[in-house]
Amino acid sequence: MDREYIIRHGRRVYGKPALMNDVPMHYCPGCSHGVVHKLICEAVEEMGMTEKTIAISPVGCAVFAYKYIDLDWQEAAHGRAPALACAVKRLWPDRLVFTYQGDGDLACIGTAETIHALSRADNIAIIFINNAIYGMTGGQMAPTTLYGMKTATCPSGRQTDLHGHPLRITELAAALEGTCYVTRQSVDTPAAINKAKKAILKAFGYSMQGRGASLVEIVSACSSGWKMSPEKANLWMREHMFSYFPPGDLKDTGREVQ
Amino acid sequence: MSGNETTLMKGNEAIAHAAIRCGCDGYFGYPITPQSEILETLAAEKPWETTGMVVLQAESELAAINMVYGGACTGKRVMTSSSSPGISLMQEGISYMAGAELPGLIVNVMRGGPGLGTIQPSQSDYFQSCKGGGHGDYRLIVLAPASVQEMADFTDLAFELSFRYRNPAMILADGIIGQMMEKLILPPFKPRRSEEQIIAECPWATTGRTAGRGPNIITSLELRPEEMEVINRRIQTKYKVIEEKEVRFESYLLDDAEYAIVAFGSAARIAKKSILAAREKGIRAGLLRPVTLWPFPSEEVRALSRRVKGILSLEINAGQMVEDIALAAQGRIPVRHFGRLGGIIPTPDEVVEVLESELVKS
Repeated sequence: MDREYIIRHGRRVYGKPALMNDVPMHYCPGCSHGVVHKLICEAVEEMGMTEKTIAISPVGCAVFAYKYIDLDWQEAAHGRAPALACAVKRLWPDRLVFTYQGDGDLACIGTAETIHALSRADNIAIIFINNAIYGMTGGQMAPTTLYGMKTATCPSGRQTDLHGHPLRITELAAALEGTCYVTRQSVDTPAAINKAKKAILKAFGYSMQGRGASLVEIVSACSSGWKMSPEKANLWMREHMFSYFPPGDLKDTGREVQ
Repeated sequence: MSGNETTLMKGNEAIAHAAIRCGCDGYFGYPITPQSEILETLAAEKPWETTGMVVLQAESELAAINMVYGGACTGKRVMTSSSSPGISLMQEGISYMAGAELPGLIVNVMRGGPGLGTIQPSQSDYFQSCKGGGHGDYRLIVLAPASVQEMADFTDLAFELSFRYRNPAMILADGIIGQMMEKLILPPFKPRRSEEQIIAECPWATTGRTAGRGPNIITSLELRPEEMEVINRRIQTKYKVIEEKEVRFESYLLDDAEYAIVAFGSAARIAKKSILAAREKGIRAGLLRPVTLWPFPSEEVRALSRRVKGILSLEINAGQMVEDIALAAQGRIPVRHFGRLGGIIPTPDEVVEVLESELVKS
């Protein structure tokens, strides 16, 4: 049974999406970015939007997303991806336009751009990777860093009196009139990966239907930033992240209509 | 206003009308005095119903310039406008556009600074516009209109130049030119480019990765120093070409001049009055008006420094362009500066007085 035979007889259960470039990734073992990249590739391919997609990459660990996903990409300044996306979508309404951003990019330096793009009901999708830490710069405190969590800039752990509270920006997004779909997902198990893919497909679909802005948060693991093995990081995420950032849909105007 | 008849309007309004007429695809801006009429005029004209031009009030100047950046990546003719404090906020995006070699138009209708400063006119953003402003080794193509007519004409010209060189261009006006009403003839209508035209003219643009080509990636990031140097050198080579080909200036009564005033924008209009007044007193003065502030007409100033007895740089600031004049004159003749600050406009009488005391009598 060779590869062609398996594909021909419909027995292939897993494969690398064509949009995924065959290059080594710079992501650390156990990082969620690679999995989410793959889901985006699959979603764009399944929608038949390869030639009609304009993607916006962030500053952060995913700064090189354009090396891994074979689409047209614009590299935004730190936090500004939603502003780029807003203009692109208004200038090219028939294109699928999405941003890919981390917690520092989206929930800290780019909060204004994020909130206003969502509030304007721009027909874009935002994929938001929340791993509660700045990965690229070496593990500093993020707006989503949990209470007590140690990072390079809060070595004794996040303290409310010093650093304030972890920001649940996805809950904020759900409260905005301009959003049509706001969900929090994860990619820690095969089942979660399947659900996350459905969420991305729904967000992209709603964008093309002109329903408004979507935000798909993916609660993610950062084994290097958290200084844990990949396996332990995955477990730690479930034990600690999910209680403050519970997975599930926060808003789905499509479902409300039905 | 469909024909090409003479009409009367503010400089800011002229920019808005010219943008619609020159096939601009999108305007993104944030209100700030003294240029809010640009966004207001566009909002009133509703070009999205006629030419299809997108007009959007952004949440900040920071967002506005990044909307311009995003639109420019796709090969569209996009622009923003602001005034000095807002332009300061945009510097990050402007640097990114220069780094990613993107076309686009930024209009700065200057007001006095520093800080929140004043809403009155000024020309104190010469350094910011011509010497960088944002981080990194980059240049903007900077056009300085001196009339409402030029506000309209330079809108299309700035787009043409910025697309020719894949470099952001700036119209550097001031509160006087923005707010004053003058007669002008609006440029003829030029249709927006079709999707096919954009893809043909801008094969680098992120329009969607069609079969048969690789992905288009717009970025200013390159971590390998040897590659980053190559990119920087390529950009600097482009700047050299712009310096050779795109210098624009106006001469006024320079043929028999013993003294030259160098002035741009509204200061050049004051200079013309001053020159006529000086000539009545027997002082043969003339004007060199840089139309492009970058590239600066250094050769023209150099030539001037070989035949006049002195140069007065008239600027509505504390002395910025005077440094470029002095650099070109290379100490051959006295180079002086005169300007008023805080939003005060110099009068022709003051200018003649300075011309006499600083150059003629010294």
